[in-house]
Amino acid sequence: MVGIIGYGAYIPRNRIKVEEIAKVWGADAPSYKKGLMLEEKSVPSPDQDTITMAVEASKNALRRAGIDPKEIGAVYVGSESHPYAVKPSGTVLAEALGSTPEVHTADFEFACKAGTEGMFVALSLVQAGAVKYGLAVGADTSQGAPGDALEYSAAAGAAAFLFGKENVIAESLETYSFTTDTPDFWRREYQFYPQHGGRFTGDPAYFKHITSAANGIMAKAKMKPSDFNYVIFHQPNGKFPFRVGEILGFEKKQIEPGWLVSKLGNTYSGSSPLGLTATLDISKPGDMILIVSYGSGAGSDAFIFRVTKRIDDVRDLAPKTRYLLDKDKKYLEYGVYAKYRRKIRKAE
Amino acid sequence: MPTPSRYWREIPQRYRLEAGKCKKCGFICFPPRLVCPNCGAREFEPTKLADKGKIVTYTIIRVPPKQFVDQAPYAIGIAELDDGVKLTAQIVDCEFENLKIGMRVKIEFRKISEEGEAGVIYYGYKFVPE
Amino acid sequence: MRDVAVIGVGMTKWGELWEKSLRDIFVETALLALEDAGLDRIDSMYVGCMSSGLFIGQEHLSSLLSDYLGKNPVPTTRVESACCSGGLALRQGFIDVASGMSDIVLAGGVEKMTDVNGHEATYALGTAADQEYEGYHGITFPALYAMMANAHMAKYGTTREQLAMVAVKNHENGSKNPLAQYPFKVTVDGVLKSVLVADPLRILDCSPITDGAAAVILCPADMAKKMKKRVVKITGSGQATDSIALSSRKEIAWIESTSVAAQKALAMAGKKVEDIDLFEVHDCFTIAEICITEALGLVKKGQGGKAVEDGLTSLAGKFPVNPSGGLKAKGHPVGATGIAQAVEVVKQLRGEADKRQVKSARTGLTQNMGGTGGSSVVHIFEAE
Repeated sequence: MVGIIGYGAYIPRNRIKVEEIAKVWGADAPSYKKGLMLEEKSVPSPDQDTITMAVEASKNALRRAGIDPKEIGAVYVGSESHPYAVKPSGTVLAEALGSTPEVHTADFEFACKAGTEGMFVALSLVQAGAVKYGLAVGADTSQGAPGDALEYSAAAGAAAFLFGKENVIAESLETYSFTTDTPDFWRREYQFYPQHGGRFTGDPAYFKHITSAANGIMAKAKMKPSDFNYVIFHQPNGKFPFRVGEILGFEKKQIEPGWLVSKLGNTYSGSSPLGLTATLDISKPGDMILIVSYGSGAGSDAFIFRVTKRIDDVRDLAPKTRYLLDKDKKYLEYGVYAKYRRKIRKAE
Repeated sequence: MPTPSRYWREIPQRYRLEAGKCKKCGFICFPPRLVCPNCGAREFEPTKLADKGKIVTYTIIRVPPKQFVDQAPYAIGIAELDDGVKLTAQIVDCEFENLKIGMRVKIEFRKISEEGEAGVIYYGYKFVPE
Repeated sequence: MRDVAVIGVGMTKWGELWEKSLRDIFVETALLALEDAGLDRIDSMYVGCMSSGLFIGQEHLSSLLSDYLGKNPVPTTRVESACCSGGLALRQGFIDVASGMSDIVLAGGVEKMTDVNGHEATYALGTAADQEYEGYHGITFPALYAMMANAHMAKYGTTREQLAMVAVKNHENGSKNPLAQYPFKVTVDGVLKSVLVADPLRILDCSPITDGAAAVILCPADMAKKMKKRVVKITGSGQATDSIALSSRKEIAWIESTSVAAQKALAMAGKKVEDIDLFEVHDCFTIAEICITEALGLVKKGQGGKAVEDGLTSLAGKFPVNPSGGLKAKGHPVGATGIAQAVEVVKQLRGEADKRQVKSARTGLTQNMGGTGGSSVVHIFEAE
């Protein structure tokens, strides 16, 4: 049996409301809230970044897995906001956990699906017997250009998964990836903010890849939507996961436990991974979970997990996702948010 | 501010809070040392600091040194960890008016500072309310 | 060991001396001390300076200052122990004369702090702390003392007003000192309304950034007598160290190194603290003076706040502390402070302190301290 042996989440405490952003740009807040099904998003403090969140999420995963970090053979961090352009996030994470020096480390990048990329590779290495334990983290502190639609949703968070063969919490039954070259959203080197193709990011991008990956994995596993207790889709806004769920034949109640975006925002590489940690938090032994990520550029990774009895033993060993989402929230004004997110041009 | 080598040398302490426990008297040195300040002995066994404790004193820095100009005002304090070791670090995720001597805190991995836009990023430990 | 006397003192007005460089300031001051001594020859020189490297990019002060004073090839030693560099330079000079190695020794101190901006100065001063485990996290000196203040207030009930009273007293004294940087008076209310630096310390709780120098001339007491000088002797010298980081101290609101150094100096002089007529201490922050009065044994531990409130340490009190105005009003060019404390005590013991004269002063004590008490130097002076 191969699967998840530990999982952990981390969400910063700061939030900013849609109204606060809309006010500054003279936009109509109610229509954004309705159109995006979004109320507020998380904001990282200036002393938080992809690396710091990855470390804390990974520590939570280790608390649930109960293993010696020295035995982790692979550490992967997937993000589109790695703190360095050249110098891995993974090495800092591996040092902070105490997994160095006998460990393979790599940083992954694929817009919002960099987290599930790492998960696919870590899982596969464990399956192949190349490493005893593999760690994959999806974490981001992505930026949206000021005044752009993406500014309302670009948020920060991290989710970490440890894979192994013993004491499995959620068994991996199937994986499937669907990839094409589709330039729906991108950021060129040296640019501070990304750009996107507007409505082109919908049908030919998000919907095509998620539906293809979901149908692909279900065909491979000979399963249908009603066979699953829960499904998690990438959450760029509140509406898309429900719409793609409807297209595929899933019900709202299967989606809701992992649907965090209305209060969290789009945590990019952390998006579907955090949906998975939230779902694991409330799952029961025997539950079937489907997760389908989406990364612009474009591609989707799909996984099927079956929850084991062990979930009951480890669930409470680290903070739960919704606890982190709701705990001690601090609401920011736009000025402070802009200062934290370095959108204000300062003197040299 | 530290050069890469000065920063890198202290990574086991900054990232993992690795310390040394005196084999003779049990005193915990953070960072590890060659000579025990308590009994003068020279043999230590590796240990790690506890990751929770209570604040014994604190302040709020409003006039920062040059590397921390962007961060001011920020809270900094000394916590006595549950293993008895006292540690100095910033206190974050806590409104200034809620800071209290005696409050429980735990350690979180955070960014400490960076050498401008192009330099090395310095990571380390900070205190957050438990 | 020979008896050592101070036969010359020199100090110029302290402040933001834009037109003067470090070498200008030191040389002018040293010349005043030599003139006061009526001497021109010196056998060796000690200069206290905390950080000319960080403030003006200049090291090798031994060569520079001996050169510009016109004293090459006199052996010169730059002494550093953070804020007690000056006191330590005095001790080195004392040992040089007492041992018989040299006869006439100039012990001086200098700091030029205004050629960098405020944040750079805060950083430079911060190098007196543990760079890897305090400075790395963004500590400043006001912050370290603010933490001592918060600990003292929590443990002993010392009040914010009592801290302010130290500033009020020292400015009252400083207003009578023509060389002080800030010879104006302040009120408790004024202190409490001044801008916050590191809670609870406000700008008027903190000694300023200052350019300045001070110098004394030491010689064997016998030589001083032959020159018919009013002889003021250094009869006690004590020095001690403690951990560099505040978090390593057994007690955060107590300065052990001052207690140890003072006991050594008093023992050497054969005196008890009650025998001392005046004290020049290291009030880098108001809380520092409160902790120092306790460490010296003027009051019981924890009673330092009450002492200043009761007037025990005022000019007319039982234990006059900082008749010069202290670091608070006089200024704190770091390396010079320890020497300036000696200059004040000598003037007081000669009866030359004018409006701030402590009556019938025959013995005096200087206490100079580095960092948050990582090092302390104490000297006892007696008038013949």
